Amino acid sequence: MKQQTRSFAIRPLLAGVATVAMIAAGSAIAGTPKDMLVHAKDISDTITLDPAEVFEFTGGEVVANVYDRVMMFEPEDLSKLVGGVAESFSVSDDGKTVTLKIRAGQKFHSGNPVTANDVAYSLQRVIKLKKTPSFIFTQFGWDKDNVDGLIKATGPDTVAVTINSAFSPGLLLNALSAGVGSVVDMQTVEANAKDGDMGYAWMKNHSAASGAYSVKTWKANELIMMEAHQAYRHGTPKMKRVVLRHVAEPSAQRLLLEKGDVDLARDLTPDQIKGLAGNKDIVVDDYPKAALIYLAANGTHPLLGKPDMLNALRYMVDYKGMESSFLAGQYKVHQSFWPSGLWGSLDGQAYKTDMAKAKMLAEQAGAGKGGDPIVIDTLTNPPYPDIAQSIQQSLSELGVKSEIILSEGKTLWPKYRARKHQLIVAQWSPDYVDPHSNADAFAHNPDNRLEAKLTGKPAWRTAYDDKEVTAMTEAAAAELDLVKRKQMYLDLQKKVQSSSNFVMMFQNKEQLARRANVKGYVSGANFDLVFYRNVTK
Amino acid sequence: MVTTKTTKNGGTGENPSPSSPTIPPVVKKLANFFFTVTLTFIGLTAITFIIGRVMPADPVLAIVGDRASQETYDLVYHKLGLDKPLIQQYLLYLWQILQGDLGKSIMTSRDVLDDLIRFFPATLELAPIATIIGLFLGVPMGVLAAVNQGRWIDHVVRIVGLFGYSVPIFWLGLMALLVFYARLEWLPGPGRIEVFYDGIVEHRTGIILIDSAMQGEWDIFRNAAAHLVLPSAVLATYALAYIARMTRSFMLDQLNQEFVLTARVKGLSELSVIWRHAFKNVLVQLITIIGLTYASLLEGSVLTETIFAWPGIGQYITQSLFNADMNAVIGGTVVVGIGFVGINMLSDMLYRFVDPRARV
Repeated sequence: MKQQTRSFAIRPLLAGVATVAMIAAGSAIAGTPKDMLVHAKDISDTITLDPAEVFEFTGGEVVANVYDRVMMFEPEDLSKLVGGVAESFSVSDDGKTVTLKIRAGQKFHSGNPVTANDVAYSLQRVIKLKKTPSFIFTQFGWDKDNVDGLIKATGPDTVAVTINSAFSPGLLLNALSAGVGSVVDMQTVEANAKDGDMGYAWMKNHSAASGAYSVKTWKANELIMMEAHQAYRHGTPKMKRVVLRHVAEPSAQRLLLEKGDVDLARDLTPDQIKGLAGNKDIVVDDYPKAALIYLAANGTHPLLGKPDMLNALRYMVDYKGMESSFLAGQYKVHQSFWPSGLWGSLDGQAYKTDMAKAKMLAEQAGAGKGGDPIVIDTLTNPPYPDIAQSIQQSLSELGVKSEIILSEGKTLWPKYRARKHQLIVAQWSPDYVDPHSNADAFAHNPDNRLEAKLTGKPAWRTAYDDKEVTAMTEAAAAELDLVKRKQMYLDLQKKVQSSSNFVMMFQNKEQLARRANVKGYVSGANFDLVFYRNVTK
Repeated sequence: MVTTKTTKNGGTGENPSPSSPTIPPVVKKLANFFFTVTLTFIGLTAITFIIGRVMPADPVLAIVGDRASQETYDLVYHKLGLDKPLIQQYLLYLWQILQGDLGKSIMTSRDVLDDLIRFFPATLELAPIATIIGLFLGVPMGVLAAVNQGRWIDHVVRIVGLFGYSVPIFWLGLMALLVFYARLEWLPGPGRIEVFYDGIVEHRTGIILIDSAMQGEWDIFRNAAAHLVLPSAVLATYALAYIARMTRSFMLDQLNQEFVLTARVKGLSELSVIWRHAFKNVLVQLITIIGLTYASLLEGSVLTETIFAWPGIGQYITQSLFNADMNAVIGGTVVVGIGFVGINMLSDMLYRFVDPRARV
């Protein structure tokens, strides 16, 4: 009787296993199509695809492949700024007006020709919508009231852009290569505009562009699919479709790559990269990136605001220890505010770990005399907690107690922007490829008062108030002579390196794993200098 | 005007007095349902709204980014209505919801309602299958363990239960992928479907299995079904463990009752004693357990969804929370909350079906 009962109960178990086996049979399809490039990537940061608004890593990358910009860094030579939608430019004698000549024969995805009116409209739109990246343009003295007069089509293929501030035209040309310099299809945008929003609602998840790809689908937390532009000015891209597939978990990315179900894995950890060694089907490429990790001290703090303590911080950081351990392969030591490899960068390691010197400086500053522990704020994701721990360890060797608070960005940034932090380990990437982008952030603080609320600038956030440095930043931005300008940035970096509230520590190096048959993928220093159009398989 | 209805016997007997109106049971049940849903809705929205506003994450920065100028920040701050008193913000939000507008999601730049229509079916596809696996394996395992209490089979079931409870689902998911996808190549990897099938099937219900079957896309159906196996099996481990353990416990309680002894003394077959007498009595409790399991899987599958790149409601709510995307969080919470209420109601109805006493 018992036997009968047992067999009766086991039957559903067997039935379940059989069902799973039946469903599974013959289901696995390996490999991606020959003309489709599939990335495994965490795309959860994407909140918009409008070039007037986009400021996130994934969105910035997509926009870079969908929109051609007025000026561009092309994948064939990332060191050279060349004309994009504009074929050439000329600068007026006073250096205030840049006249852009629009390249002939360009077409938008809609089939509309690219005209001077589209270029003027695109730049004006950035100012009028006034989204976060608009500050890249507003620094040229443009606002919604004067922009129509300062940026205007002067002929069917010419646009005159007039600077209304003391900035050099070289800086303007670099700024036109940023995401906000993307040229949109005016007719398509206006056809989808509602209540005079210049197509803002529609453009969040559509594209109206002339770049190598068009946005076919964006499904948040699932995928972004792009389609090749048949009439692209450099020829139709080989990959007919590019898919950014949302795979948040790096381990899952690795498995997909090894199985050939994706062509590129974008977010692998150093351990996973190591684990791929010896796999002949996978190649790991290193790309130097412009993202910097720095330590910022609040200048209003009684101890951290002292120059001796700031210098102690510079000498106590275990640069090499971190670089060779948990940052190995993904970050290198870099100690100035403009990333290595870009025009105007200051290389070399001015500060080496010297605990004896750091202790002496800390003592001079009055450290180690009790009081509340210093709070080190940072992000929850790697490698920030490890860096914070290393700094905590170094501080303890100076006799300074500290505690670490890990937070998500949306919690951490309000604290930093409100000047309520003490020490913070944070990251910064340039907004465009010109040293002024970072100089404006780390060296320019024209009004240090709390009520000035220059919250976008780390210099203001940390109460780094050096009028000389601010003046140097403004002078460098206005300098017309390129040789002189470069020297001014080198001097500025040296000054900030030794006297600011920042300890620049590391520069990012992206390690990207791809299938061996994928060729021609290009990833530049900035997050929006990633190009798919030359990829072959 | 309220009309009263008298019974044929003049209002005496079991019916209420002629002076009070007779409300049909169906109406009473419906009223009860709507009352519960309304109360749940107000409670959920109020609590989630307040948590969203008092937590330190800044929804404005989620939109403008950390580098925004104060001017841009202030513009969005006012646009979101964050300068208004909290109660006013909540009432405005409630009014907006009552007009069918759940607001826009920061994270997806779309209407929250559209997002829910897209994300919820993905979970609806996953959770029932996980529950069914848990049910069809867990119940027999629990019965088997109870019948064989103290023997090896009981120990095995208890170990399986312990495993399902204690093993991190994150680890289990990765191991499942490693073994069945990467090594054995029996099953496809993460995702609901292969990317090259994306966009072929028209969105009707959002449940790919149903949509592909309705449109006769049987390759896609097979592909989607295969993609379901691993995540649903992983998700089912918890359901299986819970259902098996509870079934065992309920069954042990029943098998020790005198009526079971009586049944055996009367010479009934062991099969009949177990399934017709003992098991029938645990059905009501089991329905509660299954309902709760299913409801918890609706929003509790976030880790499974992350590992398997499954765009479900759990991942949507969690990601929205990280981004301080409160419209999306509240929308998702309300949907899951209403799901809970619906499942409870369904459980109540099933009680009446399986237990005659509940019909009285």
